[in-house]
Amino acid sequence: MKNISQVTTDKKDKSDALLKVKDVSLSFIQYTSGLRQTELKVISNLSMEAYSGEILAVVGSSGSGKSLLAHAILGILPSNAQLSGGMEYNGYDLNRKKKEELRGKEIVLIPQSTKYLDPLMRISSQVIGNTDGKNAESRKNLQRDIFKKYDLKPEVEGMFPHELSGGMTRRVLVSTAVMESSKIVIADEPTPGLDEKNLNETLSYFKNMAKKGYAVILITHDIEAALKISDKIAIFYAGTILEIAKSGDFAGEGEKLRHPYTRALWNALPQNKFHAIKGHHPMQDEVLEGCFFYKRCSTGNENCSKCTPKLKIFNGGMVRCNNAA
Amino acid sequence: MKYEKLGIFMGKKTLKLIVLLIFVCVASFWIVEQSPIDPVRAYIGEMSIQPEQKAKMEEYWGVNTPAHEKFLNWAGSALEGDFGTSLIYRMPVTDIIKERFASSLLLMASSWVLSGILGFVLGIVAGMKHGTFIDKVIKTYCYILLAAPTFWLALIFLLIFSVNLGWFPVGLSVPIGVASGDVTFFDRIHHLILPTITLSLLGVASIAMFTREKLIEVMSSDYVLFAKARGETGFDLVKRHGIRNVALPAITLQFLGFSELFGGAVLVEQVFSYPGLGQAAVAAGLRSDVPLLLAIVIVSTLFVYSGNLIADIIYEFVDPRIKQQETRP
Repeated sequence: MKNISQVTTDKKDKSDALLKVKDVSLSFIQYTSGLRQTELKVISNLSMEAYSGEILAVVGSSGSGKSLLAHAILGILPSNAQLSGGMEYNGYDLNRKKKEELRGKEIVLIPQSTKYLDPLMRISSQVIGNTDGKNAESRKNLQRDIFKKYDLKPEVEGMFPHELSGGMTRRVLVSTAVMESSKIVIADEPTPGLDEKNLNETLSYFKNMAKKGYAVILITHDIEAALKISDKIAIFYAGTILEIAKSGDFAGEGEKLRHPYTRALWNALPQNKFHAIKGHHPMQDEVLEGCFFYKRCSTGNENCSKCTPKLKIFNGGMVRCNNAA
Repeated sequence: MKYEKLGIFMGKKTLKLIVLLIFVCVASFWIVEQSPIDPVRAYIGEMSIQPEQKAKMEEYWGVNTPAHEKFLNWAGSALEGDFGTSLIYRMPVTDIIKERFASSLLLMASSWVLSGILGFVLGIVAGMKHGTFIDKVIKTYCYILLAAPTFWLALIFLLIFSVNLGWFPVGLSVPIGVASGDVTFFDRIHHLILPTITLSLLGVASIAMFTREKLIEVMSSDYVLFAKARGETGFDLVKRHGIRNVALPAITLQFLGFSELFGGAVLVEQVFSYPGLGQAAVAAGLRSDVPLLLAIVIVSTLFVYSGNLIADIIYEFVDPRIKQQETRP
């Protein structure tokens, strides 16, 4: 893991990463046809790091298991999930007990949609959260201040989740995160269904959080939105990260990008070449051998079909490709 | 605006109720008419009587009056509030209903509350401990209760608690041979306990299974996941989100259970010789006491209908989600 730290210490950030995810794999035990168990692997050997004051965007297609990464960091996976690998928070081993201690306090989640709000609880109680009597007053005042800051009218306090508009829901969900004096904010798909104005507004919230020193992890499928605000982009594909690049690397025809998939993704954007890549994202139950991207890769060779590449430093970023050298 | 909506809602419901009542009365009347039981024979029983006495009795029971005429006669006076005289008890039907319904209501209300609370608590515990030993015990208990017929349970209870252990009286709602003025409140309670428990058992099972299922569903929802992500755990989580989201549908179900409650009461009252409406219904049916039977049919229809109505009102007017949808233009 030493090598990942090197990549980032060579730039402005001298401090160590606040959150390190090392070689994490996640699988689910499922029953298929009768009592036969199968293991469904959704995340394999994933590594990444989040730094205070930075936005790291984890970009991948919908349904590729990005949300599960967030749930794994928070320790809220379902009971049939099997997690391996290690995580480190602020120098401490982030084990199950530590996760329980920290979640909702130092590590907070901003969920995707109104579905994550209790349909029968008024907004103010949800934003304030579960408090004992002596904190109630101060938390109420804090909630009022936050609502003012995010331009949520006092009426919103008494509303139920279904009465909120899309933009309001977004601001309410963001409010829940800033209620706590947290250090890491994980935003899970915060942008879909928002118009240009709301989108930019939402993105600015995250930008501000990073400015205040939060480590922001932005999980999204929208690479354009991610590029607008992020410092680094991690490309999530088939349950792992293929490349970690600086936002600045996404330029021109993607010459600076390290992985053929990232380059293809960049060139698929309408304002670039608008050129779609062949094939499709592997299904979750597909068993992949060799490089996960081999089947769709234009530069793949025989070695790629057998040997799974490791994440390595290349050109000031990270890449998981046999041919990058 | 809201009251106007409630007014329209109640108006519609009242119309439906009237149509339902007419239909239920006609149907019950027709079924009794088709019954092979000769009411006079049933009334006389083993006694021997003269042919002219029999003719008089047949006239009294209206055996030879055409069916539609009988029904219209009854309907006409029923609309004026006169439900006639019970043929077997020889008392105004309204008096019998008042007396019987009061004791039935006591029995049904107490077992309704008991089954609701007990069932909800068991369901919450089973749902919280989903998959554990406690959950399995509660589930097994519920399945057994659901499978066991009420009257059989009632008999078993009588055998164990009244006959063998002697804790409770074998039947009736008051002690035998005691002047009605001397019957204490405790006597009534003492007679009520065993029927109440028997009647509530069936309700416990259905409400507990429903609550369990619903709680498991709620606890695996996205909003509970988010609450977990915010650091809520254990019973706090169940209290804040689980019970809040399960309570309303569970209460609705409990009101919808009025029909089963009434049906169960008929059986339980029969076994415990508890002088309630259910027992009167059986007597009236077996002996073709048409005025009493029709009055009981009307009362039970109103009873079940009000349960459903309350459930509808909870659904339409208490749940904030539905309330909101309907006020949107």
